[in-house]
Amino acid sequence: MLSDMTFGQYYPSKSFVHDNDPRTKILLLIVYIVMVFVAKNFLALFLALVFLAVTVLASGVPVTSVLKSIKAIIFLIVFTAILNVCFYKPKEGDTHYFWVIYKEGLIAAAFLSLRLVALVMGSSVLTLTTTPVSLTDGIESLLKPLTYIKFPVHDLALIMSIALRSIPTLANETERIINAQKARGADFDSGNLIKKAKALIPVLIPLLISAFRRGDELGDAMDARCYTGSKTRTKYKKLTFTWRDLVSFLVTAVFLTGIILLNVYSVEVTAFFMSLWS
Amino acid sequence: MQAVEFTNVSFGYGDGETSSSREVLKDFNLTIEKGEFIALLGRNGSGKSTCAKLINGLLTPSEGEVKVFGMSTKDKSNLFEIRKRAGMVFQNPDNQQIASIVEDDIAFGPENIGLPREQIKERIEYALKVTDTEKFRDAQVSRLSGGQKQRVAIAGAIAINPDILILDESTSMLDPKGRKEVMEVVRTLNKEKGMTVIDITHYMDEAVEADRVCVMGDGVIMATGTPKQIFANGEVLAKCGLELPVSAKIAQKLRENGLPIPDGILSKEELSKILCELLRKI
Amino acid sequence: MRIVAENLTFTYNKKSKFSVDALKDVTLTVEEGSFFGIIGHTGSGKSTFIQHLNGLIPVEKGKLTVGDINLADKPKTVKKRYKELRSKVGMVFQYPEYQLFAETVFEDVAFGYKNFYPESSEEELKNAVFSALSLLGLGGDTVNKSPMDLSGGQKRRVAIAGVLVTRPEILVLDEPVAGLDPVGKNELLKLLHNLHDSGKVKTVIIVSHDMDEVCENCTDVAVFAEGRVVFKGKPKDVFANGEEMKNLRLGVPVTGYLSEELEKNGVKINTDFTRDDFVNKVVDFYKNNR
Repeated sequence: MLSDMTFGQYYPSKSFVHDNDPRTKILLLIVYIVMVFVAKNFLALFLALVFLAVTVLASGVPVTSVLKSIKAIIFLIVFTAILNVCFYKPKEGDTHYFWVIYKEGLIAAAFLSLRLVALVMGSSVLTLTTTPVSLTDGIESLLKPLTYIKFPVHDLALIMSIALRSIPTLANETERIINAQKARGADFDSGNLIKKAKALIPVLIPLLISAFRRGDELGDAMDARCYTGSKTRTKYKKLTFTWRDLVSFLVTAVFLTGIILLNVYSVEVTAFFMSLWS
Repeated sequence: MQAVEFTNVSFGYGDGETSSSREVLKDFNLTIEKGEFIALLGRNGSGKSTCAKLINGLLTPSEGEVKVFGMSTKDKSNLFEIRKRAGMVFQNPDNQQIASIVEDDIAFGPENIGLPREQIKERIEYALKVTDTEKFRDAQVSRLSGGQKQRVAIAGAIAINPDILILDESTSMLDPKGRKEVMEVVRTLNKEKGMTVIDITHYMDEAVEADRVCVMGDGVIMATGTPKQIFANGEVLAKCGLELPVSAKIAQKLRENGLPIPDGILSKEELSKILCELLRKI
Repeated sequence: MRIVAENLTFTYNKKSKFSVDALKDVTLTVEEGSFFGIIGHTGSGKSTFIQHLNGLIPVEKGKLTVGDINLADKPKTVKKRYKELRSKVGMVFQYPEYQLFAETVFEDVAFGYKNFYPESSEEELKNAVFSALSLLGLGGDTVNKSPMDLSGGQKRRVAIAGVLVTRPEILVLDEPVAGLDPVGKNELLKLLHNLHDSGKVKTVIIVSHDMDEVCENCTDVAVFAEGRVVFKGKPKDVFANGEEMKNLRLGVPVTGYLSEELEKNGVKINTDFTRDDFVNKVVDFYKNNR
């Protein structure tokens, strides 16, 4: 059942991270992205990953769910890694293995891949712990200043929330129409690309008609419920920051500082750890 | 003051010239009193749904006038006030909710009329309670059953605190369980809260519960009266494509076979009472 | 063609948190020639069951045969027979009018025929389409119209014609009369009976919520609840379980309710719950005991 898919891959649970304000989570994701990009060496990047690990632990989301997000972009990662290795511009003193392969090239590729992985996993933590609805609320609230330059923030948010609301319904409808046409002998799997595309017409047309009909009815339903799009509209759900958000901001600030320090003092820190080691 | 008043209303879809245009209502007159539970019956395409949309100004008459508590729907500046007083529940349970979460959806109407947060909260609590949907407060609308969705739709409509509730074939896509749930809520609203209910339906057993039944055909009212009067009028029923409720059908057949069953039986409870008395005696 | 299901079990979203047991050990036989009623609430498994019948949902566990096609066979073997199966088991979904897509009624009805018999001649195609339309009481003048210009009831019949065009032996309809007004409803049920009585369709299976409708129309009934078949047999036997049917929140036909109430008052009439039979039995009782 398509409609039973958890769209936006939200992982329903109660946790410290789930209970954070969506605005906090969006902002901190941005900070995290900055962390990953400013991290210049493995040690700094490693600290960013520690931050991610702490977040995942606090969210109660199984690590496998977070790791799954990499699956979608594994091809991209491998591809960019290969490009990085092949097109590495050697500097003097680099260790040459064979053909165009340099030790430093491999290291650079590994670093970049790790960065990508960190980025994707970080974003997935946001979508895993925040419902699409509160994500919309968060975005609307964060974009609010734009209303001063006449940007239709509220309408945008309404469109987003209706779109979200419509996904399960349309998914259901699609499944039903596909089944109905399959029952009439439609074949969606065989033939070349053109034949396959053509086979979709009996699905797409009824789906389009039904989407228009739904839109029409939804418009009526909104009118009937006094929607005018006017400025006097109030909002029921109010986003509020709590102590949890404060804690999150503080923890993030600590990690960010740590990464910046590691960027600058990586040699010293490495030496320190080495001395501990020996 | 009458809740709703149709005076010489005509309405047609299309421009009146192309082949697909057709006149749906012709010189239509109907008055609905405050607090009344009225059922509108008629075949598909008889103009029932058009009536509903004329009341809250989703459509405006091409001729004549529709007034809701004295306000004409022709005057666009009245529409906001009219819609505040006449809530509507549509046919398809899937096409009415704006938000993904039940509570947020119920808030949509009160938000539109600009209520402060505290009041919206009260309205939501009230609407959830009356429609018995409290336990779905945080549920995703898409995961509810048809009957539950329609109850949420009613909650969304009554959260605006209307005087009139229009049901536009709101039970036609539901299973009997869902229909029962929805009609129970509607009955409570009518009997206990004094809400005017306009129920557009083709379920005969829903019409049986109304104070007054209005039968539509060819864009006009063919008959109006109490359920007993309407279902006793075989001629009108046949002409307008209606049928008797199942219990009435059985009662009629028994009567035709010589059993002394009185006229006007519409529910299975009534019929069972009479049958038990009749057969127990012997 | 006979349908035999044995311990049919199916779970949606097997590995996920949202896994739902849709069917649990369903054992059911639908004999050729029956007018079969399937009853149950939304989510009771009835939709999942009927979608097994033409392979829209593959058999996961248990046995299922339709005619000589073994649907529990190896996926590869079964897949090869899907086309044959689907032309023999016609499936009409809820609100089938929403699946119409072609520009004309003819094209839409022809869709299924062309899919199943791509080699057929123009002549054969025409014959099949016209005869399917006439089986549903749709005249020649509708053929070139756009389906969008038809009334709701007509659209539905066009959609059913689009399934009948391959002359299936078994016709499965999921709530065929939902949303129709009383006249439309009676007309459609009559058409289905005509198809069945004349042998044009050997077996009719309808899914319904309406106990009175099932009781009046069906020769056999199966009641689904929470993925299981809880009652099966003749309407007469199934609807005798008044108390259980009430607990399942399905209820019984009006005649069943009346018989039960009469019995409480010491009046026992032995009816099969169809209206005519009920009336006859009551009248007999009245006359004999006076």
